[in-house]
Amino acid sequence: MYLIENKDLEQLFVTLRRKGFILVGPTVKDGAIILDEIFSSENLPKGWTDIQSPASYRLERRSDDALFGYVVGPQSWKNFLYPPRLKLFSAKKNGKSFTVETNHKAPPPKYAFIGVRPCELSALKIHDEVFYDGKFADAFYSDARKQTFIVAVNCTEPGGNCFCASMNTGPRAIPPCGTFDISLTEMIDVGTHHFILEVGSEAGEKIVNEAEHRDATPQEIERMVETMASAATSMGKSLDTKNIAQLLNDNVEHPEWDDVGKRCMACANCTMVCPTCFCSTVEDVTDLTGEHAERWRRWDSCFTSDFTKVAGGNMRMSTRTRYRQWMMHKLGYWHEQFGTSGCVGCGRCITWCPVGIDITQEAKVIRESSVVQET
Amino acid sequence: MKDPSEALHSAPVDPMTTHPVTVRKVIWENDDTFTLTLDMNEAFEKFSFLPGQFNMLYVFGVGEAAISISSDPVKINTIEHTIHRVGTVTAALAHMKKGNVIGVRGPYGAGWNLDAAKGKDVCIATGGIGLAPLRPVIYSLLKNRDDYGRIVILYGGRSPLDLLFRVELEKWEDEENIEVLVTVDRADSSWKGHIGVVTSLLSYIKLDTRNTIAYVCGPEIMMKYTIDELVRRGLSDEQVFLSMERNMKCAVGFCGHCQYGPTFICKDGPVFPLPRIRSLLDRKEL
Amino acid sequence: MEKENLTDLLKQHPFLHNVSDEHMQTLIGCASNVRFPDNAYLIREGELANKFFLIRTGRVALEIDVPGKAVLRIQTAGPGEVLGWSWLISPYRWHFSGVAVMDTRAIALDAECLRNKCETDPAFGYEMLKRLALVMEKRLEATRLQLLDLYDMTPSGATS
Repeated sequence: MYLIENKDLEQLFVTLRRKGFILVGPTVKDGAIILDEIFSSENLPKGWTDIQSPASYRLERRSDDALFGYVVGPQSWKNFLYPPRLKLFSAKKNGKSFTVETNHKAPPPKYAFIGVRPCELSALKIHDEVFYDGKFADAFYSDARKQTFIVAVNCTEPGGNCFCASMNTGPRAIPPCGTFDISLTEMIDVGTHHFILEVGSEAGEKIVNEAEHRDATPQEIERMVETMASAATSMGKSLDTKNIAQLLNDNVEHPEWDDVGKRCMACANCTMVCPTCFCSTVEDVTDLTGEHAERWRRWDSCFTSDFTKVAGGNMRMSTRTRYRQWMMHKLGYWHEQFGTSGCVGCGRCITWCPVGIDITQEAKVIRESSVVQET
Repeated sequence: MKDPSEALHSAPVDPMTTHPVTVRKVIWENDDTFTLTLDMNEAFEKFSFLPGQFNMLYVFGVGEAAISISSDPVKINTIEHTIHRVGTVTAALAHMKKGNVIGVRGPYGAGWNLDAAKGKDVCIATGGIGLAPLRPVIYSLLKNRDDYGRIVILYGGRSPLDLLFRVELEKWEDEENIEVLVTVDRADSSWKGHIGVVTSLLSYIKLDTRNTIAYVCGPEIMMKYTIDELVRRGLSDEQVFLSMERNMKCAVGFCGHCQYGPTFICKDGPVFPLPRIRSLLDRKEL
Repeated sequence: MEKENLTDLLKQHPFLHNVSDEHMQTLIGCASNVRFPDNAYLIREGELANKFFLIRTGRVALEIDVPGKAVLRIQTAGPGEVLGWSWLISPYRWHFSGVAVMDTRAIALDAECLRNKCETDPAFGYEMLKRLALVMEKRLEATRLQLLDLYDMTPSGATS
C-alpha cells in the first residue's frame, strides 16, 4: 500500500485527464452532492458532509477540509453506464420497406469514476452480471464499462441510512466488492491529511506512478485498518440477511405488505436512486412526417401502474403488490437470478423516499412476525 | 455462472435491432384474429426456431409486440404468426397487407420440451389463441408420428366462429391418427359439438395418466384449472408443461417487465415445466 | 333378462360407481332403457321434471330460449354424465331444455319413483344426494369458468 499526500492528489487527476478520460465525480450542486463531470480535485465537496435519515437529506459544513467526508447522493454510477435515455436505433422509410441504422457509430465514452464507494463497486459488479447474461449483452454498457477507470474511496464515516456492513459490500473495498483500479482511504486529522492508496490493477499502477507517493508505513496502514474496522461497526442501519429469500417467500401474504402499501406513494424515487435497479422500457417514435422512426430506451420502474399490463388486464394492480415485488426482487429473487443480493446497503431508497419507508425496517417487521417461525 | 468479464471483452450482438421482412400472406381466422405469413429470406440467412418460441414484431414507428410463432418449424423460408388484435401494435399489424414490411427480431424464449414426450402419449390442452403456439408442436409430433403414442388435442373457444384452424384440426383427425375434441363456451342451435369448459373434455377421454405428457396453453385461469384437473386425474407435476405470458419490452432479460417471481418469462420461459413455477401459480398478483 | 342387462348398464355408469348392491336393487325398479335420435328433446323448459337421465352414449345440449333472441346452447352432457336435478327440488320443473345433438342412449330413472324411495329409505336418499351434490359442484365450477368469458380479451387501454 502507498501513501499519497493531499497536496499531491491532484496529480492523479491531471494524469487521468491527460490520458483522455472524462472525469466523473461528486460535486456540490443545488444543496446535494451529485455526480457530474469534474476537472480537478478542487471540484470535490471539500469540507462538506451529508446528514441522512429516512426521507431526509441535508448538507452540512465539516470542521475539516476532507474531500470525501460524506457518503452517497441521489445519483449513482448507473446514470453514466446505463443512461436514463438512450437511443437504440433510427430507421427511415424506404418505399414499402425501411432501413435501420444502429447507434453505435459514436465511440463509447471513456470515463474515470472518482470516488466510487465500496457499495457502488458492488453495484457495478451486479450490473456487469445483469447486462450480460451469456447470450445477450447491452452494447452501450459493455463498451463503456470495459474502459472505465475506477478510483474507489473507502467510507471512514458511514451515513445515517447506510447498512453496507450487513450486505457484505463495505465499508471497505475488499472482496466480495467489485474490483477497482485505485482505492483511497482518506486519513485526516489535526496537522495531517493524506490518503492510503491501494492499487487494484496494472492500469491503476501506471497512473499512480506518475504522482508523488511513497510506501505507507506499517503504523499508517494499521491506523487505516483500524479506522475501517471501526467504520464497519458504526453503520446507521442494519439488515439481517439470514435466509431472507426464503423468509420473504414464506410471507407473501403478510399484513405488513398492506401497511406499507398504504404508505407507499408509488413515486418510483427508490428505483431511480437505487444503484442496482435496472428496469427500462422501450419507446418507438416517429417524426411528424412519419418517414423517420427512432427506438429509445428509457428508465422505467416496477412501481408504475402499467408496468405489468397485458392483454386482458394488469397483473399487479395495487401499490401493495408492486412494493412487494420490488422488495422481494431486491432481497429475494435476485439471488436466484444473479447469484447475489440485489441490495448493496447504500441506503438511498430510505433517504429519498418522500414518506421515509425503510427497507431494513420492513424486513425486520416481517422477520419478527413471520408466518413461519425459525427454529 | 458465466464470467461477466467475458462480455467486457467480446463484441456483443445488439439484440434490440429489428430486421425488415415482407408480409407474403394475410389470413383472417375470425373477427379479431389473423395470421401473417412472413418471408424470412430477405433478412435472415437461415431463420430457425423451436416450437414455443416467439418473435418481437415491429410496426414502423408504432412499436413492438411479442407474438409466438405458429408455423411448422420445418418450413424455413416463411414463418407464420397468428395474432389477436387487442392493442395498439396488434391493431397496426392487423392493417398489414401482402407486400407490406414489418420488423422482426428473434426467436426468443424457451420452447416446448418435445423430448420429454418421446415414447409417451401426448395431451395438448388449449383454449382461444393458445392453440397458435402449440401448432408448431403438433406439426413436429406428426412429422415423427411413430415416436409418440396417443396424441389427444383438447381445444376450447368462445364460440364456434372463434375456433382457429378448424380445417386443419379436422384434417389431422382424419388423416393422422390423432384425437381432437373441441368445445365452446356457448353456441346456437347449429352447433352439434361439446359446449363447456376445456377441462370438461377430460371426462370423455381416458388418459394413461402415468404415461402422458401434457402441454397446456391459454388464459392463465384456464391453465390453472386444467392443471388441477390433470393432476387430480393422476398426472405428476413433472409431466405438465405450460406457456406463460407477461408484458414484454426487450425480450432479452434486460428491461425487467416480464418477471414472474424470480423467472424472466422472455428467457426462462415462456414455456415452463410445471414444477419450476408451481409455487408461483397460487400467488395472487405476482 | 332385460332386468339383468339394465343392472349391468347401471353399474357401468360413473354416477353409480361403487353403489351397494342393496341400493342398486332399490334403483332398478325406477329404471328404463331409453334412446333419443338426433334433434329429439329429452326435457323441455317449464315442463314437469319427471325423469332423471344417466347418459350412456351420444350428447345432449342444454338450451335456453331467450325471448327475442335465438336459442342459446350453454352446455352439453356426454357419456358418463347426467342430465337434470330439478326432479329432486320442488316445484320439480325443468329450467332449460335438453336436446339430443346425435343419437343418444340413456337410462331414464322415474323421478317420482326415485323421490319416494329417497323418502322411505333415508340411507339411499343420502347416497343419491351425495352423488348429485358432486355433479352440481362440478357443473357450477364449470359454469363459473364459462361466465368469466376467458377468451374475451377486450382491452382496458392495452398498449400492445
